[in-house]
Amino acid sequence: MSKTEPTLAKRSSRAAAPERTLDTRDVLPAIAAVTGAICVATLSWATLGWHSVPGVTIVTLAVFVAILTAAEFVREEPPPTVDVAAVEREELTPPPLTVVREPEEAWSPETDRPRRRRAFRGVDLAEGLVAALSGLAVAELVRVVIRMQSLVGFAIWWYAAFLVAYFLLVRDRSNVEAAVDRVITVLVWSVGLLVTSVLVWMVAFVVAKGLPRLSWHFFTEDLSTVGPLTPGGGGKHALIGTLEQVGIATIMVVPIAILTAVYLHEINGRLARPIRFITDALSGLPSIVAGLLIFTVVVQGHGFSGFAAALALGVLMLPTVTRASEEILRTVPDTLREGSLALGAPRWRLVRSVVLPTAVAGLVTAAILGIARAIGETAPMLLTAFGSDTTNTSPTNGPQSDLPLMVWKLIREPVDAQQQRAWTGALVLVMFVFLLFVAARYIAGRNERRLRRAS
Amino acid sequence: MTALTTPNTRPITTAAADGTLHAAPIATTDLSAWFGKRKVLERCSLRMEQRQVTALIGPSGCGKSTFLRILNRLHEVVAGAQISGRVELDGVDIYGNDLSATEIRTRIGMVFQKPNPFPAMSIGENVLAGLKLSRRTTSDKDALVEECLVRAGLWSEVKDRLKEGGMTLSGGQQQRLCIARALAVRPQVLLLDEPCSALDPISTRVVEETVRELASDVTIVIVTHNMQQAARVSERCAFFLVEEFGEPGRIVEAGETKKMFDSPEDERTLAYVTGAFG
Amino acid sequence: MSVDSGNMAATPALDDVPFTPVDRPTGADRTYVWVTTAAASVSLIIVSATTIFLVDKARPALASAGIWAFFSTSVWNPTVGRFGVLGLLLGTMIIATIAMVIAVPGGVGMALFINEYAPARLKRPLTSVIDLLAALPSLLFGMWAFFALQKHLIPAARFIAARLAVVPFLRQQDQALTGSSFIAGVVVAIMVLPIVTSVTRDVMAQVPRGQCEGALALGSTRWGMIRSVILPFARNGIVGASLLSFGRALGETIAVALILSPVIKVNWNVLTQGGGSIAAFIAIHFGEAADLERSALVAAGLALFLLTFGVNFLARLIVMRTVGKE
Repeated sequence: MSKTEPTLAKRSSRAAAPERTLDTRDVLPAIAAVTGAICVATLSWATLGWHSVPGVTIVTLAVFVAILTAAEFVREEPPPTVDVAAVEREELTPPPLTVVREPEEAWSPETDRPRRRRAFRGVDLAEGLVAALSGLAVAELVRVVIRMQSLVGFAIWWYAAFLVAYFLLVRDRSNVEAAVDRVITVLVWSVGLLVTSVLVWMVAFVVAKGLPRLSWHFFTEDLSTVGPLTPGGGGKHALIGTLEQVGIATIMVVPIAILTAVYLHEINGRLARPIRFITDALSGLPSIVAGLLIFTVVVQGHGFSGFAAALALGVLMLPTVTRASEEILRTVPDTLREGSLALGAPRWRLVRSVVLPTAVAGLVTAAILGIARAIGETAPMLLTAFGSDTTNTSPTNGPQSDLPLMVWKLIREPVDAQQQRAWTGALVLVMFVFLLFVAARYIAGRNERRLRRAS
Repeated sequence: MTALTTPNTRPITTAAADGTLHAAPIATTDLSAWFGKRKVLERCSLRMEQRQVTALIGPSGCGKSTFLRILNRLHEVVAGAQISGRVELDGVDIYGNDLSATEIRTRIGMVFQKPNPFPAMSIGENVLAGLKLSRRTTSDKDALVEECLVRAGLWSEVKDRLKEGGMTLSGGQQQRLCIARALAVRPQVLLLDEPCSALDPISTRVVEETVRELASDVTIVIVTHNMQQAARVSERCAFFLVEEFGEPGRIVEAGETKKMFDSPEDERTLAYVTGAFG
Repeated sequence: MSVDSGNMAATPALDDVPFTPVDRPTGADRTYVWVTTAAASVSLIIVSATTIFLVDKARPALASAGIWAFFSTSVWNPTVGRFGVLGLLLGTMIIATIAMVIAVPGGVGMALFINEYAPARLKRPLTSVIDLLAALPSLLFGMWAFFALQKHLIPAARFIAARLAVVPFLRQQDQALTGSSFIAGVVVAIMVLPIVTSVTRDVMAQVPRGQCEGALALGSTRWGMIRSVILPFARNGIVGASLLSFGRALGETIAVALILSPVIKVNWNVLTQGGGSIAAFIAIHFGEAADLERSALVAAGLALFLLTFGVNFLARLIVMRTVGKE
């Protein structure tokens, strides 16, 4: 057979390559090597303060040679030229079928294991490393030149230079499309890591600030007997307020929301379209406007109270819980409904005994998520509960504090002790949200497992 | 033979002048496949010859489509998918550590069961979509579009409406459009995953004729669970079977189609081709 | 009845007119329908109440200042009765725009990360991270931003003001860099990013896999497939998500109030101190306001509500178009 042997890019076949003219593959590594050398020299001399001429020279030369060698190593073979005419003249005789060749070792079911493919090839790692180093060098150069002080700025320059260097390296090795794909991958991963770390940073910050003063006192004392400069005190008044206000709001809103969802999905009457529209509109209601509404309707006549706050929370919770509940009802399969109707059940019984029990886990999750949102609302509270330093266990009689109000008031005072109390309150708030969130996830997960086992 | 690691810059030219790529044989050796912990294929060894049509037959669920998707490295797109063994295009292991799946897929094209022309593109743009997506160039776009549509057997029907959307065609026409699109990147191997199962009988016939004509330029591997189609279209055949529920699929027998249907060596093959099960 | 088929002419033919069988609810079912309808009407009541009461409350201030002047000037003088919220409106929109500029690419990038780039095992944890970010109270965001984030953003703001002074919005003339619209915008961006991510993720998950595999099978890279199949498909959803987040950003009160103190006149130099936000303005001034000023604040709140309502409405329209298309 006159077939030419297929080749992978191997060092040994370089000798057979035809004469090459100078192109970007030669220029780029040279530039990179020179830049790297200069940067390393600057780094050692200026930043590290290593004022030894022979030492710096040796290191610079080493980097120069290292970069050139690395470039040679990652660079690939140019394609060998193909004799088109010879290829077309080939005769093809198909060899016999089935097994191609004897394997090196006998195959057996026990030794049959999946091939381990490394996620990153050696070439990828080398490219990434070289790009990172050149990025570092460029950032250092920039820092020395413009005398930048901030760490964040340095990091940003390094990142930008790394991206550029990585793009050029990958493009040099394969093509633009692959290079763009790589750079986008790096960018998307950066976004993912950034967003996750922001969340972690926030939670860690609150924990670090709030934890020192977190103790049982927080749950048992209030601020009625302490002032800005006296120690002690706690958030009992705020806790009671939050529990009462959110509790009342939940009791008012959840049944209405579920019934509304039932109306929208099960009955789907003439009012369904306008009500859906209104619910969507209400979900965009700014929280301060909800506070204004309740202020105008209730507080003006009856004064500040926890109940007014509960009403405001209710207005804010209603659209979210309604929408989530409708989504849950939508997931209940229609076959259940048809089966019940076929048995002769009236509609209300169908809903009460079949649909709602099936959906209960989802509805509870929806309610919990609504509560989680309500717990942290501050703006409407300013206008309805108004806040106080004393414990007020009556939701209808006079201003009442709650966790967000307490934190809001205290964090704006310039006294350190007050701010410390605010941070502790914020930590308790975050803990509540966390707990609710975990509870919702747990219920949802348990429900999913139950459904999966049943199906 | 052009190394498979060539940077993806070779231009596409019309068939007459192009000699750097031609149909190549593709072969698997001791190929096994997993989805997570579940083994779906075991020790499949098969050589699919160039310029011939090889059909993969067998009852549904035996791993034929998985086998096909391993050939163009689409299998690894699914999370948890793994293989062992070798897959060689013209002697080169396509799962080698220094080869990119993108490059492989430009050499091994695929047509899917459900036609999937890009809805946002016109017919002409759909044919050229493969070029655009793999960043290749061609000096004469119109000639390439015409050539591919001719080879796919669609030119006469759409030549006046190349600017219309791809979704205005019938199912059979859409499938031929997908074939034309796959041909535009000049693959060495073309994989067809039950291309006619979603089509009416007339479109099926047209697609089968198209496949027969294409075999002179490209290596074709077609999955079908219509035995008569396999008999009509292919020269070689491989029979896949799952012995028992929970077992991975295996190749029971492979050989010339005529022989497999008239006098197969294995009794299970005989049972299948005579319709004892399916 | 005769079963004799040969004698069909004798029986009168039923006319072939279709009618819809109607099932009138009776007894307990009637109550059920009434109860649920009543519950559902609560939302209608709330909206009507909002409109009626707020408009009524806002009337004195609007009468005093003049409706046209209220929306076209930037002044706040309770003693004289002149109010104008134009500066506040513009300031609110400036902050929301900055938030969008950061949150939309960030949110789409995060959605891409979760759906396409992250290891499959991490999909659920990452979704939980996003949902948790959405559930945290805005008070927390404001506090963290003021005490931890601001000091890291100021050098960046200084750098931008120094190097990009050619752009008119980014100038700084010896003004302080703390408490700026820029910083408030960054915080609000972090708060609305989960919304963009969730909506975009849902829309992207609906892309038919056949299209994606088709693109991959033709030899495109992952980014090529995303760019040519997924993003065009999700475009409407992304626009809708952006508008939804814009609406949310407009109404953000507490986080903004903790960062900056709202000013009446619009400040176009976003990197410098002082910015506008209607919601924060209301929150801060309501406590000590007298009747007429309170009325004006209510009027400002109404204006904000109309704005967010319009934006949300537009957003839902656009997102519905994607869902209906598929």
